[in-house]
Amino acid sequence: MKKYTSVRAFREKFSFLVDHKAFKYNVSFLLFLCFLFLLSAGMGEQYFSPWKVFNILLGNSDSFESMVVESFRMPRILISILVGISLAVAGAILQSILRNPLASPDVTGITGGASVAVVLFLALFSNDSNVLTVSIHWMPLAAFIGATIIAFLLYILAWKNGLSPFRLVLIGIGLWALTKALTNLFMILGPIVQASQANVWITGSVYGSNWNNVQILTPITIGLLIIAFIMTRHLNIQELGEDIALGLGTKIERQRFGLLLLSTALIGSAVAFAGGIGFVGLMAPHIARKLVGSSFGNLLPLSAIIGAILVLLADTIGRTLFLPIEVPAGVFTATIGAPYFIYLLYRQRNA
Amino acid sequence: MHVLETKDLTLSYGEQIILDQLNVTIPHGEITVLIGSNGCGKSTLLRSMARLLKPQSGAILLDGEAMMKLPTKEVAKKLAMLPQGPVSPEGLTVLQLVKQGRYPYQKWYQQWSSKDEEIVRHALHSTGMTELSDRLVDSLSGGQRQRAWIAMTLAQDTNTILLDEPTTYLDLTHQIEVLDLLFELNEKEKRTIVMVLHDLNLACRYAHNIIAVKDKAVFAQGKPEEIVDRELVKSVFHLDCEVVPDPIFGTPMCVPYGKGRHMNGVKNSIEHVLSR
Repeated sequence: MKKYTSVRAFREKFSFLVDHKAFKYNVSFLLFLCFLFLLSAGMGEQYFSPWKVFNILLGNSDSFESMVVESFRMPRILISILVGISLAVAGAILQSILRNPLASPDVTGITGGASVAVVLFLALFSNDSNVLTVSIHWMPLAAFIGATIIAFLLYILAWKNGLSPFRLVLIGIGLWALTKALTNLFMILGPIVQASQANVWITGSVYGSNWNNVQILTPITIGLLIIAFIMTRHLNIQELGEDIALGLGTKIERQRFGLLLLSTALIGSAVAFAGGIGFVGLMAPHIARKLVGSSFGNLLPLSAIIGAILVLLADTIGRTLFLPIEVPAGVFTATIGAPYFIYLLYRQRNA
Repeated sequence: MHVLETKDLTLSYGEQIILDQLNVTIPHGEITVLIGSNGCGKSTLLRSMARLLKPQSGAILLDGEAMMKLPTKEVAKKLAMLPQGPVSPEGLTVLQLVKQGRYPYQKWYQQWSSKDEEIVRHALHSTGMTELSDRLVDSLSGGQRQRAWIAMTLAQDTNTILLDEPTTYLDLTHQIEVLDLLFELNEKEKRTIVMVLHDLNLACRYAHNIIAVKDKAVFAQGKPEEIVDRELVKSVFHLDCEVVPDPIFGTPMCVPYGKGRHMNGVKNSIEHVLSR
């Protein structure tokens, strides 16, 4: 049986090699995501079948049904998907440039940096009645700056004639603890109401999502995703190590810098709208790697899809299983993610 | 015509000078092997010739042009480098690895042209990896894995290939397998090969040209049969030995003195063997 198809078009101006197995995995997971999307939109106090949801979305419904699905549930679902994609892709990028399967937005402290920035942003720009005095549009930027500052601290502290993945992860864990402490500090210094809200948000929740959020996040995520796909071949080379990458003619420092910024932008935008939904950036690329291997042309799309599935699944369970209580999505991803992380650590020990 | 040439090349790690004002030339279409004791700077020299290290002063000429001034991608089309003990990422197939060698020729929208396919196929064929192209690199034996990496450097389609100790961690069978492959690539495809080897006897067998590095400088350079003798081994490796012709190939073979069991009934077994 053939395993590959060469795709060439416009007199070979465009040419790619498509791996059949990876293609099948990508399509099946995408279909599953679509199904989950319809299922999730139908779940809640008012249940609709996926088929019914499909019709509601096409406009064949009464105003109550469309209000429940489109106004209440849809923003939250879309944010879950976008956030899952961002975190997973950022995780995959970090794993490539750090050449370490344990590298992820959380473990390196970058998510933490974004969280600190958001808590600080809320504290600085809220008035006495907890209303933002500036546009919420600025929040992703704040998170991006926070994430980037931590990423650069990480880079500078771990730098010594190059970057050793090992040192980078150790220092990352230190920064993780630091950002945790800072977030707590800012929360305690802020008003009580904010502290309790912030706590839910930091655990990672898409509870408060609205269409305004979706409008801000969608173009950011899609734009960054396109850049990530253009960069796949650099990601592949980065993973082969510094000497090989240099030998193949890469400008390695510049590329690593660009890729690091790309991942902090993805993390920043995700954290701004959903808080620190943990371990998605670790698990999604890892599961994807198990299924399709580590060539980024196959790995990146599958990571993105799996990330979206994880967050959407976690949020759907969180808002339906314990009704009327809502459990933040981050609690679920952490419940699966933390043991997964320990399992990975254990396997590294044996390697 | 020299493929690579160093002009008063000085290399250092921080304050410590590794090589001092070195002038060496790498002849076209031959196998050149760098030898020397541990830490003499032979790997450093090789790495700098592959632009992995910036020289402190002096220059490296690639086909007569200053390498540091050429765009790095252009250099990558003329010169490939396989570092010592490369590690492949988990879950990468041989084909996916070898494909990466095409990097300097590709663009993001152009990643598998007919030429890419043809050259990758050829690289897999020359290294005998065609059958194994769908296997994961981490599942291969040491020798096969090294052949996969060599195939990647071949996919780079360069005239010159530099290899830093391509036989480390390999058992004797696989050492010969890898060196035979490099020898064939030189014979059949006329590729210039420059490598660091630890085993002096194998170096003498495969190399047309040997560069012995000692005390931050080139101690000797030339054909093995012309330069490798007791004095060279004594000076470069600080080892007493006899140099005899290899019983199969006739190339110089170094038999070191030292302790060991004597099977010839004579204390000085080497003299005995020689007198036979």
